[in-house]
Formats: sequence, C-alpha cells, structure tokens
Amino acid sequence: MNLEIRNLTKAFGGVRAIDDVSLTFPSRSLSAVIGPNGAGKSTFFNLISGAFRADAGQVLLDDEDVGGLSKAERMHRGIGRAFQVASCFPTMTVAENLMASVTAHIGQWGNVSRRFPPPGVRERADEMMELVGLTQVAGVEAAILSHGDQKLLDIAIALALEPKVLLLDEPTAGMGPEERWRMIERVRSLWERQSLTLVFIEHDMDIVFQVANTIRVLCYGRVLAEGTPDEIRNNQAVIDAYLGTEAHAE
Amino acid sequence: MSKHPAWRDTIIAVVVLIIVLVIPLLHRSPAFEDFIIRLSAMALFATSLNLLVGNTGMVSFGHGMFYGFGAYAFALTMQMTELSLPVAAVIAVVATAFAALCVGAICVRLSTEYFAFITLAVQMLFYSIIISWQSLTGGDQGLRGGIPRREFFGFELESQLHLYQFCAIVGVLGLLALRHISVSPFGQTLRMIRDNEDRASFLGIVLWRARLSAFTIAGAFAGLGGVLAALFVSGAYPEFADWPNSGQAIFAVMLGGIHSFLGPVVGGMILLALNDLVTRYTEYHGLILGIVILIFAVGLRRGVLDFIKLIRLGRAR
Repeated sequence: MNLEIRNLTKAFGGVRAIDDVSLTFPSRSLSAVIGPNGAGKSTFFNLISGAFRADAGQVLLDDEDVGGLSKAERMHRGIGRAFQVASCFPTMTVAENLMASVTAHIGQWGNVSRRFPPPGVRERADEMMELVGLTQVAGVEAAILSHGDQKLLDIAIALALEPKVLLLDEPTAGMGPEERWRMIERVRSLWERQSLTLVFIEHDMDIVFQVANTIRVLCYGRVLAEGTPDEIRNNQAVIDAYLGTEAHAE
Repeated sequence: MSKHPAWRDTIIAVVVLIIVLVIPLLHRSPAFEDFIIRLSAMALFATSLNLLVGNTGMVSFGHGMFYGFGAYAFALTMQMTELSLPVAAVIAVVATAFAALCVGAICVRLSTEYFAFITLAVQMLFYSIIISWQSLTGGDQGLRGGIPRREFFGFELESQLHLYQFCAIVGVLGLLALRHISVSPFGQTLRMIRDNEDRASFLGIVLWRARLSAFTIAGAFAGLGGVLAALFVSGAYPEFADWPNSGQAIFAVMLGGIHSFLGPVVGGMILLALNDLVTRYTEYHGLILGIVILIFAVGLRRGVLDFIKLIRLGRAR
C-alpha cells in the first residue's frame, strides 16, 4: 500500500515539531527515517498513526485521505505501528497477547457467548509467533520476557492487525550490538515475506545504510534530504547537520 | 485465560452443588445452612465486584448500592404485586442492571482515582434516598412487613431447607455465569484494558463501552446477591447499600485474591466465618477483623488463592 504524506504540520505551543513535511513511501518499500534527537521523528509517526491530530496536511493511503480518521479506524485501513517502548499486555503470556489482539481485530472483543479464544484465533496467533520468532516463549508472561522479545511481541501485536503499512519506532532501541542485528534481520525478513510498506526510525547508521532502500532525514521538523543510502551518505547538508563526525570516521 | 476445557467449570459447579444439596439430607445444622445462605449472597456480591477490580482494574467503592438496590427492588416487588417469586427476582435484577447502566454512564469515563470517589459519592446519594424516602422504603428502620414467600415449582421458602436449596442453586448458577463471562473474549478484553488501555484502544477496543458493560454486568450480579440477602432477612435494610457493606465486598476480594476466579468466594467464607466466630467471643470484632486483614495485607501481600497460586508457580519453576 502506498503511503503519501502531504504538507503535514503539527505545532506544540508555538514550536513546529513537524513543519510542512511531504514524503511518499511507495508500496512495498523499506525506508528508514533518521534525524537528530528532537527532529520530530516520533511525532511524525504519531501523526500518521492517528495518535495525534495534525494541524494541517494530509495522510494518504493509496490516494485516500485518512487524516480525519481515529487511530482505530486508521489501523483498520492498514496502518500498524509498534512503539519505542514496547507496548504489550504484561500479565498475559505471549500467546494470550496475540490471541487477544487478533480477537480484538476481528471485532470479537465484546463477545460473551463463547470461550476465549474464538475459533481460528489460536492458529493466527501461532502464525504471528512463527513470523517474528517467539514460538519458543509462547507460554511466557510478557512482563518477564527479555527486552528484545518484548519489542518483537509489540511488532507481532501490530502484525496481528494485518497491516499494509508498518511503522516501527526504533525497533532496536536499548539493545546490544549483536541483538540489534538479529532484530533488524527479523524485521527485514518480515518485510520481504509480508510484502509490507515498512518505515522504521533508527539511530544506528550502520543498520540504516545497510538495510533501508531509501532514507528520509528529518531535522527540526523538516525534510532535510531523501534518497538511497549512497545519496544520503554523500549529501553535504546531511553530513553537516547530522552524520558529521560519524561519516568522516568511516 | 483458562487452559481447561469448557465443560470443566460446569462439572465442578454441578459437583459442588450436589454436595451442598446432599449435606442437609444427612445432617441438619441450622448454623451451617444459615452460613451457606449468607455465603451465596456474599459470593455473588464479591465475585461481581472482582469482575471490576481484578479483571478490569476498576476499583469501585460503591458496589453496595447495587446489592441494596437489588434487595429493595425485589422486596418491594414481592410486597406490592402478586407476581411469582422468580419473576420478581428477574425484575429486581433487570432493574439493578439498568441502575448500574445509568450510574456507570457517569462514572466509567473518569480516571481511576475519580472513578473510585464518584462511585462512593453516588452510593451515599442512593443511601440517603433510602433513608429519607420513608413512605416507600421504611427509612432507617428498613423495609418491614416481611416478604411474602409465594410458593413456586414446589419451593416453599418459608422452610429453611427450601431457602437453603434455592440460595445454593442461584448462587452456584450465578457464579457459573460470571465464570463464563470472565473466560469469554469479553473477559479477556477487560484484562487487556487493565494491563494496557492505550494498546487496547489501538487494537480497536472501545474503552468506555467495554467498561460500561462490565459495570452493568457486575451491578446486575450484585443485585442478584441482594435478592438472596432480602430473602434471608425477609426484608431490606439501608445498611445493605451503605459504604461499610461495599467495604465487606472489597475485604472479601482482597482476602481471597483478585487474580483467582474463586478468590472472592473464599474471601467471603473467611469473612463470614470470622464474623460468626469473633462475635461469639468478643464485642470488639472490628478489631480482630482489622488485625486479620492487616496480616493478609502486610504478611501475604495478596489474597489466599493468589498466594497459593504463587507458591505452586514457584514450585513448578
């Protein structure tokens, strides 16, 4: 599904966190959004997913404006997201987390006439666990999962909603170098297998340049640059504003 | 979520019910029969509260108002009409559900702390209506004149044995219905809201609708508990709807355990047994009760069944 952002603007008390941003994420692309802290990356995701209402601009899913819809309605149209701080249901096991999410997604959350889970839901949850590699810990309570597994569970919950566009806010945040690569490999294989339009925020430049097809650089709420990894690597404005020493060090 | 097959709960309920019904055939003990009658009312009252507290994370301090509402609605229907007893009970429960729907519509959108306060406030309002509407409710004297216990299906509730059987059946069936709700997809939705309401709403759950449904269901079952209580005392008293009575339900929930379905029932047993035992030996039963609750709160830091569950889990690891 094609995700197009047109002239998106959001201000918090006079500060323009997102300032007239227009970007297109083509169907089945794998894009990274990078930028210094406070560049507006998370706000950008919040505006797309509907957690915040934009002051101006449009969010187009396959040319249909979803900017006026609630977050739940946007989710139904196919915008899924995982959070910077893993957001799951801590007292439930991994399997219960996913079964509950699938149940909610198929509109069965108010059902009192049968037992949980409704038919077919367990199988869907198994698929999700298989997909992100959590089958081993299916019976473990989410609260005692490792940090990385919690992030994976968060992504799996997002996948349970059958998104066409998936927004991942720092999928590798708080992980050690090795765990990061494992995580991003899973994300990439997910993208390949599910033919998703995937957008992720990432601070590790090695990962960004190696994994993403296209990179968008945000700075002070504006688009500083966009292009392939090679174009971004050699873009003088990006080097000055953000990559700086890191690029020279290479 | 339960890992057990669906019929397991029904089997347990049937077995328990048969045992309870057989006991008086072997040995009659008025004290035991009274205990079971009061327990059936208390079990419905406390377990329905736990649908809010344990399952949904909504702490209501005003649950007693629905217990009282059910008792008054039932007693008044029996006194003022010629309807049969089961019909009057159904009317009382439906009326209580409607009252809970109205109260819930005001309360459930509020955040945790304000929700607790406003349930308490509405309960005080309801209590003062009972006290001041003397012509209808009998005021602080309670609703007197007795409840006509019209015979139905061979049950004559004038007889202690029949009352015992009726209360046991209604209590067990009510608990089974609550259990059914708690293991349904809706019950799971309530746990999602308790765990992480932001994520739940992202998944398309309409928070206020789920909470209001839970509040209404809980109110209805508390009302059913009130019906049994009214039958036991053959009347209705304002104390049913007063805040210390809500406190009793909260104590039962805390003593028994909020994360086990039967926790509030066990808590109710402990509470009733303590009340009976302690009042026999001392007039300071509040003091003893307070100490016991402190032991649970400070010592176990959870209810009995939650504690047992924890130990079993610890062993399993």
